[in-house]
Amino acid sequence: MNPSANGSRARHAQHTVVAIVEDKPGVLMRVASLFRRRGFNIESLTVGYSEAPGLSRMTIVVDGASAPVEQVEKQLYKLIDVVKVTDLSNEDMVARELAMLKVRCNNVNRHELLDIANVFRADVVDIATNSIILQVVGDEDKIDGLVKMCEPYGIRELSRTGRIAMVRGAKTTTVHEPEPEKIAKFHATQGRRVEGELPFSSD
Amino acid sequence: MARLTGAQMTLESLQREGVDTIFGYPGGVVLPLYDTLPQYPGIRHVLVRHEQGAAHMADGYARASGRMGVCLGTSGPGATNLVTGICTSWMDSTPVFALTGNVTRSLLGKDGFQEADITGITHSITKHNYLVMRPEEIPLSIREAAHICQTGRPGPVLVDIPKDVFQEEAEFDWTEQINLRGYKPTTEGHAGMIRRAAELINQATRPIIIAGHGVIWGDAHTELLELAEKADIPVITTFLGIGAFPESHDLSYGWLGMHGMFYANMAADQADLVIAIGMRFDDRAMGRFKDFNPGVKIIHIDIDPAEIGKNFPAAVPIVGNAKNVLPRLSDLTKEAEHQDWRSWIDQVREEHPSLHIRESRRMLPQYVVRTLYDETNGDATIVTGVGQHQMWAGQHYFYKRPRQLVTSGGLGTMGFELPAAIGAQVALPDAETWAICGDGGFQMTLQEMAVLVDENLPVKIAIFNNGYLGMIRQWQHLFYDRNLVDAAMTQPDFCKLADAYGIRAIRVETKAEVAPAIQEARAHKGPILLDFQIDQEENVWPMVPAGAALSETIEAPAEELAR
Ligand SMILES: Cc1ncc(C[n+]2csc(CCOP(=O)(O)OP(=O)(O)O)c2C)c(N)n1
Ligand SMILES: [Mg+2]
Repeated sequence: MNPSANGSRARHAQHTVVAIVEDKPGVLMRVASLFRRRGFNIESLTVGYSEAPGLSRMTIVVDGASAPVEQVEKQLYKLIDVVKVTDLSNEDMVARELAMLKVRCNNVNRHELLDIANVFRADVVDIATNSIILQVVGDEDKIDGLVKMCEPYGIRELSRTGRIAMVRGAKTTTVHEPEPEKIAKFHATQGRRVEGELPFSSD
Repeated sequence: MARLTGAQMTLESLQREGVDTIFGYPGGVVLPLYDTLPQYPGIRHVLVRHEQGAAHMADGYARASGRMGVCLGTSGPGATNLVTGICTSWMDSTPVFALTGNVTRSLLGKDGFQEADITGITHSITKHNYLVMRPEEIPLSIREAAHICQTGRPGPVLVDIPKDVFQEEAEFDWTEQINLRGYKPTTEGHAGMIRRAAELINQATRPIIIAGHGVIWGDAHTELLELAEKADIPVITTFLGIGAFPESHDLSYGWLGMHGMFYANMAADQADLVIAIGMRFDDRAMGRFKDFNPGVKIIHIDIDPAEIGKNFPAAVPIVGNAKNVLPRLSDLTKEAEHQDWRSWIDQVREEHPSLHIRESRRMLPQYVVRTLYDETNGDATIVTGVGQHQMWAGQHYFYKRPRQLVTSGGLGTMGFELPAAIGAQVALPDAETWAICGDGGFQMTLQEMAVLVDENLPVKIAIFNNGYLGMIRQWQHLFYDRNLVDAAMTQPDFCKLADAYGIRAIRVETKAEVAPAIQEARAHKGPILLDFQIDQEENVWPMVPAGAALSETIEAPAEELAR
């Protein structure tokens, strides 16, 4: 993740890889440490629940110059908690990112900013006397464009989610493999902290 | 279902996984487990003297027998002391199961006394690891871990259990079934790829098989022999593949790599087809990647898809277990004779014998290894440290069976020799087991001699005492202009050390004493240490200098041969 000063990224070959992973403590660290160790540069990594209980969907954008995508896929598969890996690079995909920008403004130039937001179909989600928060959804180019337009006013804060992506049409990156009940129960709690007060003993 | 404590569940589960031995060391958080050990007489606990020793013993146990080895350490320093051993097993893909205790759950993450985030620390050197937060999770965690450890490409796993989880009671619910959505090793091999591989083999005029550790772990040495004989293909092995193919066989041409045989390196470099089986094209084996045999076609058979194409592109990739793939490949392969090609390699071998030991009045290390080979009829299990003695042990003993040589290849861990030999001897109590030790490496783990005495294990310790970190001296001599910096070492009296532990010892000072000392060691029922005062200045040859290609293998310079 190497955003330049204005929050946009250098444009070069990228791979978009979707990994379906077990929703367990430590999975994110395993993936991140794998990328670090193998020298694959992550441009962005986004993770959240998926359509299947117990499984999360991770969208990873990898700097193509740092890694052959085939190695990225194979190394990911070696992690036990990674169930399925799909490379979307050669697919016709919809890729989106969400960004929030807090921009400096005043009574004089606020309307200019609102015009810009309008052009980018960004939403105004907060407004104050000397700042405004814009929320925008789109591909990276669109967000880069909005960032650029806001720069002259002074960007106080920028937060970007990184890319999520889906293949167009009926094709999915879904896993259809339910686990036997007992094993599903085990995997659901495995490694998770126990709730409530625990007895204290020190050795 | 019975109610058991976490400690009982742990031992019950390990026992059900077939574990008969644990190499371990106690500490506060694993005391509940030690308290429970007497209830499980089927599990032998070997008390080590340093947890690194426990991990190497489990590894030696696994490598010598093919069965999963188990080591145990307490939280914090106990767990971190295991790390070198776990990494050694990781780099060589051996099934080691590491069990650690951790601080009580209420202290986890609070820097409790002797807390170490051992699952975090070992993420990148285990196939998988588990932090078990509830006693009822223990059986399935151990079952999954043991399954992952031993299947597919084997490798170490770690299970970390907080102290109060050992103490808490729960229902013991054993599930035979395992279901890991994210772990489905491909073992069969793709039929179409196998057909294409057979076509390439049938067309090749200069084929060579490079057999690796995967042939041994895939238990595919018989299948390898069949393929090689049917298609008349010369076989070389990697260093870790030694034993995958009998070295006395007509088709055996030794092993390749940095200190491999000259003719093996040349054969690999001149082949028109490389059939790589269960090996990962390591830089120590292949030399400078860019200049390895330009134009060669590679058939790469490996159980781990990530190895295929990692360092070299494969013309035909086959993901599968060698045991399944090789017979199907043999079926499709035509009987052939490669007389011209073999004569060419034979000729190279005649002109560059590599394993010839020159006449000398000195006690050459090569001579010691060869004498050991003769005296033991080539039957002993040989365990080595890392350095010159390791290379000589690989070169001058001739191996006939898989698992006969136990050595740390990938990580190159000095100090492996003694504990790994102990593990090997525990696994195979009747096998004659020799630990070939460097005088440097021996001092990293020599305290495990106490285990030999405790457990009355007849390991024969042969120290190759050159007064140097020999491999370091060799590099400084050859590549740093003979600027020997901290390569020489003042050694203790190893015989007195052995004596202090209650182990018999013989100092061997002349060439004439070598064979009688080995005979005496073999006749001795218990452990024994032989301190071979070998020639100090000897270098290992042939050599592919760091960064050179296999075709640039250099042999012993004339002035060294005249020594
Ligand atoms: C734990 C560890 N530290 C350092 C090294 C680097 N190293 C490789 S060989 C070697 C010298 C080994 O000396 P010795 O055990 O006496 O064996 P020799 O080469 O003399 O046969 C060293 C220091 C290593 N392989 N392992
Ligand atoms: Mg030495």
